[in-house]
Amino acid sequence: MALKGNIRDFSITQLLNLVNVARKTGTLVVERSPEQIFVSFREGKLAYARDSEDGVGLTMVLYKARKLNAGQVRAINERAGGMSDKELGLLLINSGYLSQQEILVSLQSHYLELLNRLFTWGEGLFHFENDLLPPNDKIAVRIGLENLIIEGTRKVRERDQLQDEIPSLDMALKFNERPGVNLRNLNLSVDEWKVISFINPKNTIHQIAKATNKNDHEIRRIVYSFIQAGLVELVRPEGAALPPIPPRITPPEVNKTEQKSLIFRIISRIRSL
Amino acid sequence: MQTVKMVVTGPFNAGKTEFIRSVSEIDVVSTERKISADAERVKEHTTVAMDFGRISIDENLVLYLFGTPGQRRFDFMWEILSEGMLGFVVMVDSARPETFREARNILETFRAYAPTPYVVAANKQDHEDAWEIDDMRIALRLSPSVKLLPCVAKDKETVKTVLLELLYSILEEMETSEVGPTLEDHAE
Repeated sequence: MALKGNIRDFSITQLLNLVNVARKTGTLVVERSPEQIFVSFREGKLAYARDSEDGVGLTMVLYKARKLNAGQVRAINERAGGMSDKELGLLLINSGYLSQQEILVSLQSHYLELLNRLFTWGEGLFHFENDLLPPNDKIAVRIGLENLIIEGTRKVRERDQLQDEIPSLDMALKFNERPGVNLRNLNLSVDEWKVISFINPKNTIHQIAKATNKNDHEIRRIVYSFIQAGLVELVRPEGAALPPIPPRITPPEVNKTEQKSLIFRIISRIRSL
Repeated sequence: MQTVKMVVTGPFNAGKTEFIRSVSEIDVVSTERKISADAERVKEHTTVAMDFGRISIDENLVLYLFGTPGQRRFDFMWEILSEGMLGFVVMVDSARPETFREARNILETFRAYAPTPYVVAANKQDHEDAWEIDDMRIALRLSPSVKLLPCVAKDKETVKTVLLELLYSILEEMETSEVGPTLEDHAE
């Protein structure tokens, strides 16, 4: 079945969170005519990205990263123009031009640049292709998405959207119970760490903001990024009174057996419909 | 005659009226009006006050199904309809991810009105653009403990399944909660 829509309605950060949490493998294709960006994932990690049918070759990526100069690019194109990226990478490593690390870092930057471009798109049709994987001759990387989600969220947030997402600062926060996520592996700012240290179902967001000296917008910004990254969820504060429910006439006490009997009668009737 | 009620809620055009229509033994009492706003003209009519369906359980008990209006400007009806409900169903259009956030907000609103059991129905699962259940759970930020059920509102069997799962949740809550609200609190 389809995983498709418009990033105007379902944002890139939400999509990345979905890919991350569901550990998806496949390619996210986002189109905003005439542009098209393909971002491939393996088990929820960023593996590859391109912005056209064939993508930019390794040579151009290394040139943009200033690992190769124009003369070297020309020479490579003349002598090894038909080589695949993997073959070319090996050639550069074996000939001592570049280290494997330099090549991987350059490719990571290139893929991240393409992904970051998506954060600037206000809208665009997307679909996720489970069967579409990076070409075998391309060099794949493995980048966790949590930090990208947090960074991307910083870029796309708008005050109105934050207000919409977190309408009340009287809610509290609790950490999501997700195996495999280690807070120590996340690159958080000092301010974000401060907020993290106050997350507890007993503290309202308002209280956390006061304790960390943040205004409403700043605290919404930080909390929103945590929610998008799947780190925390909004909960009603512990001990908070439930909204008042209009009083009803309390009938005489009825034992639980009778209550259950009533439900069983409904179940039986609905089954027979 | 004892009566109990369940509420079917969800965003505009999620399929609430159709859901009730599939199992109601009477023609659904509907308060549909022609849609005036062009932006919302994905269908001709919409519910403006409530839908009302009925299932006779036996000689002494009747179950009423109330469908809420999906448009925000009629949300003053929500609290009225939620009063005394046994539980509620949140309908979500599986093929319109732009409504997921609204569905989440409605779910939170109803949870605040009354802490009764609920299930989420992923409607229009027969639509070619329907999202998978697992993806919807993440997008809707539903914890694994919340029942998210595939549904096709026109298909009576899937509607029955959704209602039965809600009833099972009500039973489970009765068994786990020692001082929870009694059923008679919900009975009118």
